[in-house]
Amino acid sequence: MNKKDIFIISAFRENSVWKQILGICSALAVTNLMLNSLIMGLGVIFSLALSNFTISLIRNHTPRSVRMMVQTLIIASYVIIVDIFLKANLPEISKQLGPYVGLIITNCILMGRAEAFASQNKPLDAFVDGIGAGVGYTLVLLAIAFVRELFGFGSLFGYRVVWAGWTNWSIMVMAPSAFFLLAMLIWIINSKYYKAG
Amino acid sequence: MDINAFVLFWAAIFTSNILLTNFLGMCSYLSVSREVESSFGLGVAVMFVLTVTAGLNWLVYHYVLVPFGIVYLQYIVFIIVIAAFVQLIELIIERYVPALYYTLGIFLPLITVNCAIFGVSLFMIIRDYNFLQSIAFGAGSGIGWLLAILMLAGIRARLKEKLIPVGLRGAGISLIITGIMALAFIGFSGIVQIQ
Repeated sequence: MNKKDIFIISAFRENSVWKQILGICSALAVTNLMLNSLIMGLGVIFSLALSNFTISLIRNHTPRSVRMMVQTLIIASYVIIVDIFLKANLPEISKQLGPYVGLIITNCILMGRAEAFASQNKPLDAFVDGIGAGVGYTLVLLAIAFVRELFGFGSLFGYRVVWAGWTNWSIMVMAPSAFFLLAMLIWIINSKYYKAG
Repeated sequence: MDINAFVLFWAAIFTSNILLTNFLGMCSYLSVSREVESSFGLGVAVMFVLTVTAGLNWLVYHYVLVPFGIVYLQYIVFIIVIAAFVQLIELIIERYVPALYYTLGIFLPLITVNCAIFGVSLFMIIRDYNFLQSIAFGAGSGIGWLLAILMLAGIRARLKEKLIPVGLRGAGISLIITGIMALAFIGFSGIVQIQ
């Protein structure tokens, strides 16, 4: 399998969010603004790719019995880097994301990719797989955030795009809309998938 | 933050339900909610672990991490505390209550990766709760999570025989039900607000 196939499979065909329903806690929580979703997505891509790479590097030296603990600690180290970076450079966004940056550690996508791919494949392949899964996750976040920010605040990335008389749909920035929109996204993709297959 | 611990307890169950408003613990919520009984088992286990680890992490944070100035290590330390506590509980139950171990056994490892538990510890630090408030917040969030998964399991049990569009089966319909539940819980939000 070449690098391009690995990327396509982990980003689209086996997308963690819509295919395996993993890591949706943060996918739902930060999607009321496009910018927050993008930052969150970049944080996940960074920690996913590098933790996959590291876990794969030491895969032959990790005893099976403690591998979960080792994987968690490696993931946690990269997430701490992301957290410190955000606190130092983007304090406003770091505050809005709140605990959800730290929660990347318990994001099932990272653990899932570490177990399913990185612990059995070469470091560079694992790195590409991590980027692929992270990009797939980010795309879902941005798709949901697009609808929620557009209808909820009348803006995209903070820029107002609607006409003057627009009334914001306050339900779009609240929790239920996130559940409904993700459900609809899964519905649309699954229907397409079943029709094709 | 000066909010009564008792008020916080009720707020964590209803107005800021950890799952319905903060989206935490979704993975096991969606995957273990097919049967009411297993949902109840997992929910009780989550509630117990959540309450105790909130207290433990509070103590560790304020008596170890802050005095030594290593607050930036909180993620790693919290995760280790949670994993170690779950492991300990597993050993104790296996040794003394083997019957419970076999009914609960498969859910225990799942708890370590339940983000609701880690999330409550992080919220409690960010919102600067004191010890009593943290315990109340942990217990309330646990009960709130148990309530949410029980409701979903009850509804899903009735949906088994129903005709649902193919693309919506499984996770899709569960998310829509959760959305409706979240919508209903917004009705509580006038009572008290915790941020």
